Amino acid sequence: MSFWTVVYALLFYTATALLVGGLAYKIRQYAKTPAPLKIPTTPAPVTRSGVVLRMGREVVFFESLFRSNKWIWIFGYLFHFGMFLALARHIRYFQNPVWTWVDLIQPFGMYAGFAMAAGLLGLWARRFLVDRVRYISALSDHLMLALLVAIAATGLSMDFIAHTDIVQLKSFFLGLMVFNWQPIPEDPLLLLHLGLVAILMIIFPISKLLHAPGVFFSPTRNQVDNPREQRHLAPWAAELEK
Amino acid sequence: MADFDTPELKEYPVIPTIQEGVMAHSKPFIAKEQFQEPLGFPGELVDNWEQVALDKMQELTGKYRSFQVYLDSCVKCGACTDKCHYYLGTSDPKNMPVARQDLLRKVYRRYFTFAGKHFPKLVGAVDLTKDVLDDWYSYFHQCSQCRRCSVYCPYGIDTAEISMAAREIMDTVGVGQKYCNEIIGKVYKIGNNLGLPQPALLDTLEGLEEEVEEDTEVKVRFPLDEKGADILVVTPSADFFAEPHVDGLIGYAKVFHEAGVSWTLSSHASEAANFGMFIGSYENMRQVSLRIREAALDLGVKRIIMGECGHAWRVAYSFLNTLAGPFDFLDPKYPVPMHILEFTHDLIQRGALKLDKSANDDMRLTFHDSCNVARASRMGPKPGGQFTIPREVIKASCNHFFDMPQDTIHDATYCCGGGGGLLTDDLMELRVKGALPRMEALKHVVEEHGVTHMAAICAICKSQFSKVLPYYGFTMDSIVSVHQLVSNAIVLTNKE
Repeated sequence: MSFWTVVYALLFYTATALLVGGLAYKIRQYAKTPAPLKIPTTPAPVTRSGVVLRMGREVVFFESLFRSNKWIWIFGYLFHFGMFLALARHIRYFQNPVWTWVDLIQPFGMYAGFAMAAGLLGLWARRFLVDRVRYISALSDHLMLALLVAIAATGLSMDFIAHTDIVQLKSFFLGLMVFNWQPIPEDPLLLLHLGLVAILMIIFPISKLLHAPGVFFSPTRNQVDNPREQRHLAPWAAELEK
Repeated sequence: MADFDTPELKEYPVIPTIQEGVMAHSKPFIAKEQFQEPLGFPGELVDNWEQVALDKMQELTGKYRSFQVYLDSCVKCGACTDKCHYYLGTSDPKNMPVARQDLLRKVYRRYFTFAGKHFPKLVGAVDLTKDVLDDWYSYFHQCSQCRRCSVYCPYGIDTAEISMAAREIMDTVGVGQKYCNEIIGKVYKIGNNLGLPQPALLDTLEGLEEEVEEDTEVKVRFPLDEKGADILVVTPSADFFAEPHVDGLIGYAKVFHEAGVSWTLSSHASEAANFGMFIGSYENMRQVSLRIREAALDLGVKRIIMGECGHAWRVAYSFLNTLAGPFDFLDPKYPVPMHILEFTHDLIQRGALKLDKSANDDMRLTFHDSCNVARASRMGPKPGGQFTIPREVIKASCNHFFDMPQDTIHDATYCCGGGGGLLTDDLMELRVKGALPRMEALKHVVEEHGVTHMAAICAICKSQFSKVLPYYGFTMDSIVSVHQLVSNAIVLTNKE
């Protein structure tokens, strides 16, 4: 077993455990924390199914952002949906046989990488060019973009410049999933790409990437507008009535 | 008297370039012990205030999902940065919603997150120091909790939730705001924000009865504390005497008169506004709300109707059932509570009110959507009723109505500049500058359509505009109550 295989096997076990464990912890925290008051941003849906639709539009189309700022929307949308397609394309490295739809999106997935990078660069440019956004950007905001750009760039390089041994990579990940370690291709570009992805997985639950689960728990977006019809009472608030 | 410049009204709204620190001097008066104590807060900065503040912050993250999720979720995308009227009016970057939240978020990160504990510089986390507390006091009192930012945030992050939590933390360490806390004390002691005792209310209402009778030769009643009345009306205390508020109250009375219903005001619950919300204190908000429940039980009414007031309607519509419910002792046929506009609108729909629109022909009107009505409540059964119902009532009462530009009305409305506990003379500069976006929108319809008056449905908006309109070259009486228009137009057919 080579050094890199051991390092990356352990790295991905650790990263996965931290990602899943960390997210589970935060989601549990969000779910358990009561929302004592009805605070949907109105006009809001008056039914549960209406809320599901509202949340769907928010997550799929970034509806509020669209109303807010077209530039951020375009760049943000390119980035997120580019990344989504690119990620979906990567499913094929973790399964055998590969689902048909994953096969079908392969060609799109490749160009989605460019969309992702373009979106990220656009968002990054705003952090320098717009004085208001420059003011609110911390070092971590720049580094987060740098990390994602680097992931996209290394990934695209392997698609278009220097191919890696994708068959061997697939056997590495398939093996990893059943605790039967197989050698990883020792290609520097690939190792860099995977290392950066592992970093992203590790920092996910301790960074602003928490916006991904957070949006689903946002009371201004997920509450039904029915305070007059149904009494809404948090457990700690009910204690005050005793 | 003003030691600041009123912003210039531009032809088209311009997003200003940031000017750091230009509003750092803006601070409302701090509450003395006498105003802190009745609310259960310490009278001055406690010795170990840092720890007390952090403990409170932790407690609040456990009690409010909004607070916890919003502290974690912001990605600093910048979507909100040009949405706050205080930023647009002052150019101070700490008045950008995200930057305002960050004043608190960077302390949260320092003490409660892995990244902030171990890499504070990297994520912009800071220790809680007196300077930070001073910044909190200044800038969390430059937020009117109008929720405009929450409309545009891709995660719905509501700066109002952060501001309320920040004010609650500051109250807990002994740094409260005089204006809000003194007023809440008055409600506990007397029953309303203005401290009008029962005899004064009675006197005022008798005066109004005489005035209306002189005007109309009809005896329109203004009942107070009448047991057995069907409807309890709770209205902001400014309605009892301030202009143009009182003209709205006269309008309600005429509408009830025409509807032939029995109604009463209450001296115990003679205030619709609930400043407990402004300071983010669930307990105080609940205490104030319970007075409405007590009055309803004591008077034996069947329904509750709220007068024209913005934040009050938010607390009433969205929170009253939670804070002071259940209202199973009231008539289940009617929503609890109802807005006076829902009541009047229903009468108009049924053809039960005779309105002579020409009575308002001296005015060309526009309508200011009050922030908390627009974005934190509803009227009627359908979403958006809070926009259509007031407009339908206005249009039924006058011949000339014109809306301001689309991006300044409905849920995109701008705050008047005085909401959320900022309607105090010690914040005059902030109030004038914060009114800028609304004033620009008003100027637009004044020039485009010859609009002469702006109608509003909030006691704070009305008071704020009366005060700031002159700074922008409008007259103070160009702000009117919606029920003032109804009052002018209504034909009293019931001569009893």
